[in-house]
Amino acid sequence: MTIVAVPRTELPIGSVTPRTVGWWGIIAGIVTEASLFAYLLFGYFYFAIQPHGEMWPAEMPTFKLAGPNTVILLISSVAVWYGERGGRQGSRLKQAAGLGTGFLLGVIFVTIQVLEWKAKSFSYNSGPYGSLFFVITGFHMGHVVLGLLMLFPLTIWSMLGYFGPGRDAPISIGAIYWHFVDAVWLTVFFSLYITPYLGLRHG
Amino acid sequence: MTAAEYDRVPRLAVRDYASPLAEKLRHLWETKPGVIGWLASVDHKEIGLRYIVTAFIFLIVGGIEALIFRIQLSQPNLTVLTPEQYNELFTMHGATMILWYAFPILTGFSVYLQPLVIGTRDMAMPRLNAFTYWLFVLSGIYLYVGFALGAAPNAGWFNYVPYASKAFNPGLNIDFYALSNILLGISTTLGSLNFVVTILHMRAPGMSINRMPILSWGTLTISVGNLFAMPSVTLAFFLLYMDRQFGTHFYQQPTGQPLLWQHLFWMWGHPWVYVIVLPAISLVSDALPVLCRRPLVGYTAVALATVLTMVLGFGVWLHHMFATGLPGLALGFFSAVSIIIVIPSAVSAFAWLATIWTGQPVLNTAFHFFAGFIVVFVIGGVSGFMTGSVPVDWQLTDTYFVVAHIHYVLIGWNLFAVMGASYFWFPKVTGKLLDERLGRWNFWLMFVGFNVGFFPMHISGLLGMPRRIYTFPEGMGLDWLNLITTIGSYVFAFGFLLFLINIVLSLRHGVEAGPNPWDAATLEWTTPSPPPPYNYVVLPTLATREPLWETRLDEAPFHSDLGKGLPLDHGKEALATSTLDGQPEAILRMPEDSLMPLLLALALTLMFAGLIVKLWWLVIASLLIGLLFQLIWLWPRAQLAERRL
Repeated sequence: MTIVAVPRTELPIGSVTPRTVGWWGIIAGIVTEASLFAYLLFGYFYFAIQPHGEMWPAEMPTFKLAGPNTVILLISSVAVWYGERGGRQGSRLKQAAGLGTGFLLGVIFVTIQVLEWKAKSFSYNSGPYGSLFFVITGFHMGHVVLGLLMLFPLTIWSMLGYFGPGRDAPISIGAIYWHFVDAVWLTVFFSLYITPYLGLRHG
Repeated sequence: MTAAEYDRVPRLAVRDYASPLAEKLRHLWETKPGVIGWLASVDHKEIGLRYIVTAFIFLIVGGIEALIFRIQLSQPNLTVLTPEQYNELFTMHGATMILWYAFPILTGFSVYLQPLVIGTRDMAMPRLNAFTYWLFVLSGIYLYVGFALGAAPNAGWFNYVPYASKAFNPGLNIDFYALSNILLGISTTLGSLNFVVTILHMRAPGMSINRMPILSWGTLTISVGNLFAMPSVTLAFFLLYMDRQFGTHFYQQPTGQPLLWQHLFWMWGHPWVYVIVLPAISLVSDALPVLCRRPLVGYTAVALATVLTMVLGFGVWLHHMFATGLPGLALGFFSAVSIIIVIPSAVSAFAWLATIWTGQPVLNTAFHFFAGFIVVFVIGGVSGFMTGSVPVDWQLTDTYFVVAHIHYVLIGWNLFAVMGASYFWFPKVTGKLLDERLGRWNFWLMFVGFNVGFFPMHISGLLGMPRRIYTFPEGMGLDWLNLITTIGSYVFAFGFLLFLINIVLSLRHGVEAGPNPWDAATLEWTTPSPPPPYNYVVLPTLATREPLWETRLDEAPFHSDLGKGLPLDHGKEALATSTLDGQPEAILRMPEDSLMPLLLALALTLMFAGLIVKLWWLVIASLLIGLLFQLIWLWPRAQLAERRL
C-alpha cells in the first residue's frame, strides 16, 4: 500500500494565477448575461416571424449614429486591452491611460446612444417594436453603465498604484466584462440594425 | 505574512483536532459572538443551516396553505373559501413550494455539505454566499408582505397572461409576484455561480473530477443549468412588470404575444424541474450506498446521466404547451425528447436498485425514506412519461392528473430525498442522532399519507376534474376521491410534524453521534460532528472515491492521505486546485466576516419596494447606497492579495 503525497512545490498566494476565483466568477456571470441577451433577442425574432400583426415602424433603421457609435465601443475595448497589457509590463502610466481612455469612450458611447434614442419616431409604449427596441438597447445600456462603474474605480486604483505584475486580477476581471459588453453590442446591432435589411422585415 | 509575499512552499502538518494548530485555525475562522457577528457571518455551515431552516419554514407555510384549501375541497359545494381567496391560496402554495422551498432547501444542503464533501474550508466566494442567502430571505418576505397587504399573486404559480395582465388583474398582486421573483432570480443565479467556481476550483488535492461525490455532480450540473435558464424567467417577469406598469406591448393584446410568456416561462420552467430534483436524487446516490454497505453501482453512468438529463431538460419545454395550438411538427419533436429523457432519468433508479440488491441494506429511517423515494420516483416518472405523449396530454392537461404528477415528482423526488438526507446528515450537522422509533412513525405516516392523498388525484383527473377550481358539484364521482385526498394530506402533514418533534427531542436527548456514525466512506465523515469552523485542520489528499473504505475495498494501488496534509494557517486560507485533476494551483486568501452582504441585500430589496410603490427617489437613493456598499465590498485589499502592498 502506497499513500499518495500532496505535491509540495511553491504555490502562488491569492489572485496571482490568470484563472483566479474572480476570473471564474466573471466567466460564469458572462454566461448567464449572454443567456439573458439570447432570450431578449429570442423575443425580438419571435415577434418578427409572426405571420399576423405588423410590428415594424415606418422607417428602416439608420446607421447615422449607431454606425460610428459601434466603432467607438470597439475602440474602447482596444484601449482597455492596451491598459491591461501595459500594466502587466509594469507601466502604471499605460495601465491608467488605457483604462481611462476606455472609460471616456464608454461615456461617449452612452451619450450618443441617448441621442439615438431621442431621434426615434417611436417610443417604448407605442407598439411591440418600440417596446423591444428600447428594452433590448436599454438592457445593453444598463450593462455598459455597469461596465463603466467597473472601469472608473479601476482607473483610480491604477493611478494609486494598486496593481502591478502578478497583482492585477481586478483589472483582468473588469476588462473581460468590458469586452463582453462590446461583443453583446455586436449581436444587438446585427439583430436590430442589419437583419431588417437582410429580409427579416417582410411584406 | 505580508501581502508582498507572492508565493511559498506550504508545510505539512499532522491531522489533530486538539492541537495548537487547530486552536489557531478556530481563532481565524470562527464567527464572532453577538448579533453583529451573527449577521456578518460568512461561514458556509452557518449559512447552509440558515438556508435549510428558512426553506423548511417556507415548506410549513406552503403546507398550511394547502391544508386550508384541502378543507374547501373536501366536499362538494363548500364555501369555506371564496373563489378569490382560493386563487390566492393555491397560487401562494405553488409559488412558495416550488420557488421558496424546493430549490432553497437543496441550496442549503449544498451550501452546508459541498465544501465539506470536496475537502475545502468554505465556498469560493463566502461573502457572495451570505448575500444570496439574505436576498433569498428578503425576496420571500417581499412576496409575503404582498400577501399580508391583500395583494397575493392569484394567477397560479405559472402566472399565464392574459389573466395576469393589467386589464384582468388590476391590483398589485401580480407585481408583487413579478418583483419578488426577480429578486429571487438574482439570488439563485449568484448562488449557482458560486457553486460552479467552488466545485471546479477548490476540490481537495487528488480529487480529480471522476472522484467527486455524486452530490457535486448534481449541484454542478444544475448550477450550470441555472446560469443558462434563470435569465429567461427573470426576463419574463421583468417584461410583465413593464407591460403592467409602463404600458409596453410584449404580452398585451391586440399587438402583444401572450404565448411569448409561456415560451419564456417554460424555457426556464422545465429545466427548473430538473434543477429542483437532480441535487436531491444526488443526495440519495451518495447516502444510499453507505446504508447498503457498498459503493454506488455505476458511478460513471449516474454522473453522466445527471448531466444528460439536464441537457435534455432544455429541450422539452413545449410539452407544457401541447394544447396551445402549436404546429404538429414542433409537438412531435418535443414529445420525442420528453419521452427520451426517461432513459437518463431511469439510469439512477436502476443504479440504486442494483446497489440495494448487491449490498447489505441497513434498514434504518434514512433507508426507509430512500426506498420510499424510489417507489414514488417511479410513479412520478411514469405519469410524466404518459403526459409526454401528445394525444394523452390533450386528454389530461389541466386536470388533476397533472396535479398528481407534479406532486409525485416534487414531493417524491425532492421532499422524500430531503427527509432521508436529513436523517443521514443530521448527526454530522448537530452531533446528535435523530430518534429511530419516532423516525419510523415519521416515515410511515408520511409515506402512507402521501400516497393516500395524492394517488386518488390521478383518478379524479382521469374522471375529468379540472385543476384550479375552487369547488365541484356533487354526484360526479369526485366526492369520495376528494375526501380521501384531504384525509391523506392531513396524515402526511402530521407525519411531517413528527419530524419537527423528532428534531427538537433529539437535539436535547439524542444519542451522541461521533464523527462517523454510519461508517461512511467520504471526506465529511473524517471531521468532528459538528465540524469546526475551519472544517479540516489539514487538507486531505485523495487517491480514490471512497477514502475511508480503501483498506476494506483494497481496489486501488494508492491510498488517500488523511493523516497529514496542508494546514494553510498563515491567515484565512484555502487551496485552489486544477479543474480536472485536482492538482494544487494556488493558496487562496479568504475574506473575513462582513456586514456588506446583508446591507447590499437590504438596499436592493428597498429599491424593489420603491419600484412597487413607484417612489422614484427611493429607487434612486437605494441604488446609489447599494453601489456604495458594493464599492466598499470590492475595494481591493492587500490582505486578500488583491493588490500590491
